[in-house]
This record gives sequence, C-alpha cells and structure tokens, in this order.
Amino acid sequence: MRNLKLPLSREDIASLSAYEQVMLSGKLYVGRDQVHRLLFGMIEGNEQLPIDLKGATIYYMGPSPAPEGMVIGACGPTTSARMDPFSPTLLDRGLAVMIGKGPRSQAVCEAIVRNKALYLQAFGGCGALYAQAVKKVTPIAFGELGPEALIELEVEDFPVIVAIDSRGGSVFSR
Amino acid sequence: MNLAERIRDALMYAVVELDEDVLGRIAWARTQEEQLGGGSTGSTASRAVLDAILKNLEIAKEKRLPMCQDTGLFLVFVDVGKESTLPLGKIEEAIHHGCLAAVEASYYRRSVVEEPVFARKNTKNNMPPAIYYNVVEGSDVTIQILLKGFGSENCSSVRMLNPTGGAEAVIKAVGEIVTLAGGKPCPPIFIGVGLGGTMDRAAYLSKRALLRDVRVAHSDGQYRQLEEDILAHVQTLGIGSGGMGGVITALSVAIEAEPTHIAGMPLAVSINCWADRKAKVVYKEGEDA
Repeated sequence: MRNLKLPLSREDIASLSAYEQVMLSGKLYVGRDQVHRLLFGMIEGNEQLPIDLKGATIYYMGPSPAPEGMVIGACGPTTSARMDPFSPTLLDRGLAVMIGKGPRSQAVCEAIVRNKALYLQAFGGCGALYAQAVKKVTPIAFGELGPEALIELEVEDFPVIVAIDSRGGSVFSR
Repeated sequence: MNLAERIRDALMYAVVELDEDVLGRIAWARTQEEQLGGGSTGSTASRAVLDAILKNLEIAKEKRLPMCQDTGLFLVFVDVGKESTLPLGKIEEAIHHGCLAAVEASYYRRSVVEEPVFARKNTKNNMPPAIYYNVVEGSDVTIQILLKGFGSENCSSVRMLNPTGGAEAVIKAVGEIVTLAGGKPCPPIFIGVGLGGTMDRAAYLSKRALLRDVRVAHSDGQYRQLEEDILAHVQTLGIGSGGMGGVITALSVAIEAEPTHIAGMPLAVSINCWADRKAKVVYKEGEDA
C-alpha cells in the first residue's frame, strides 16, 4: 500500500502499475455524465473551461445528501464506461488521472498510454467508506445539475487500486 | 404504525443495512476467494474489494448512512390478495408517502429525472416509484421494494431465444450478458433470470426473481438445476469482485418462469450489484392502513 499526494506528479504516475493499492490525499475534481458532456462541448467550441485540466484528477461520482455534521453523504464511484466517449478528448487536454469503477474502452486505454495518464478504480458501491475520506467539499460549476454538479473534494486516505497504468497495463485484460 | 410509516421504516433500513441472506453470500464469496483463489493477483485484488465492501457496510450501519450513493429507483411489487378490502388507491398513496418520507429521513440521493431524452430535469424527491400490481390468493397485501441501482441496471438485458435452444441456450446467453457487463455493475452480482411470457413479461419476471431470499432455490427440480448450472458457468468467466479477476463473479442466480408461446423462449437477465437492497411489508386485513 502506497500513500500518495494529489495531484500526482508525472513521476508518481509513471511509477504505478496495475493492481497496486494506493491511498490518496489531497484535492480532486468530481464530475460524471453531464459534466463530461458539457466539458466536451466547451472544448469542441473552443470555450474557456471552468477548471484547468492540466495534471488534474477527476473522480466519477454523484454524492447522496450530507447528513448534519458531515461534509458529504455516501460518495462511491459510478461506472466509468459512460464517460468513455469524452475521456480521450479530456486526456488530450491534460487530464492526468481518472477515478471510477469498471472497464474502459480501447480508445480510452490508448489515450491513457498516449498521454502517460492513469485510471484508478475506487471500490464500487462503497459510498459510506468514501464519505469518511472526504474532508472538504467546494462547489465549482454547473450547480444546477444537483448531485451531478462539478465539485472539488479534499480527501485524506482515499483508497484506490491502479486499474490501467500509464503503460497500458490493465486489471481488466485477461 | 400505518402502512406508509411501515414502508418508510423498511426503506430507511434497506438503504443502510443488507438482509442476512445477502450478507451471508458476501461472506461466502470472501471465503471462496481465500480457499480457491489463493495468491493469484486477481483473487488478491478481489479480496481487497470484498474487504472494502465489508468495512463499508460496518460504517454505513454505524453512521446510519446509505451504503451506496446510488440509492436507486424504487421498484415496487404489490401482491394484492383477492379477498383484501384495502382499496388500491389507498395502497398507492401509502407507497408514495412511505417512499417520500424515507427519501427525506435517510438522505437518499435524488436520482430520478422527469423524462429520459431531453432536459432530464431532476424531480428532486426520487419520485415517482415504478409500481407493479399483481393479484394473488388470500387477503394479505404484500409490498416488496427493490432499491435498484443503475450501474447494474444498465447491464441488464433481454434476448428472444430460439424455442428449441433448451437449457444450453439459456446458460450461454446469460454468460454473454454477464461477460458484457464485466466489472461495470459492481460485482460480485446477483442475477435474476426471467424466462417465458413475452419480452416485457420476461423482464418483469427477472426482477421478481431478484426479490427471492437468495438462500432459497427454485421449487422445481429442473429449474433449480438450471440456476446451479448458470451460476457455475458464470463463475468460470473470471470477472471477480470489482472486475479485478478472481473465482467469484456472482453470488446467486434466481429464475422465475411462466408459460410462453410455441414460437419463442424469451429470456431476461436483471443484474443487481452486491448491494442487493430489498424492503418488504406485509399488510394483514384489518391492520392500520
């Protein structure tokens, strides 16, 4: 088990291999289906993005409401494959790390290798577990999307497994 | 407590804690990975996934937090006894009130949109539930609710098989559907299989199959064997917990079957994630409605 600080450095990313377990601490962005559709549209239309994708981490997630005394509710990963049509474009724009669950398309795998990026898998369905790792939530954009809005999280000891490494090594290829 | 309050309480429990039958299968998967998977990378990663699931369930229980942020779509199955004097309107009202109260009290995520294609505007209260009514013998009204997550629902599928295909065609088709699902639906999964009827009836039956206590096999010997054969086949696919590889991909297979047409063998497969969340309320004649 390795402990790493977000955003991950190029050296960190290069040093990780499929199946490795990692604890992340630091800041990451959260965005899922609609955020991807919107960011993709902005890139296509040469518009200014609400976040800088260079070296950024995006976690595919939509939280349940925060009970009193907590900063967030259950917040486990959603299925990454639905982001596949958009991810290569985001990776080519500098996105470094994606966190979600489940396999990715061939095009995403190629874009990961091309950009020396990384795909991490969070534990699917473990919303309560991840709620313990979130220390702070900051709204960033698209607030009208409710649970699908673009937000920033500050996390501590956020557990993941390397699913597709920067060389294309994958836990899904059997 | 009236019917709406009983539904609310059952839903408040179901979003936080799993029933014993489901917990038993998750523990079984953990043991199987240890005994059969040994030190392989896939099995080791699968064990890490199962350990995270078990820890997650402990935290959810302690904090009374939904175990998963996808608190699902309310899928409601109402079996109305022929002799029941409870009006259907009253039943539907209790379901709506019970669901709404649980959404508020247990911090359900607002995951429902008004229409599927265009604006997809959030209803902001998880309403409406999808309700099926069914007439049965007796006077009880049995209300069963699945909190159906959509990571797994997106992997569910229908096939219109050849009527001469037999058990072999069924096993092969389920295997293909589960292979296509891979690590997407949060495996280890529960598999509900609907056979017979029409395309829509098979889909309905596949959901009803998910309602059954996972410790209980089909009452008919041939279908019980088919459940076992499908499960054995699915375990050979090597998907494993979290799609990481390993020896256990599915936790159970349940089949519901009914009469069909001479020209067809409709098959539907409903996939549920390990977070197989179910609520059940039985209303007896004369109780507080």
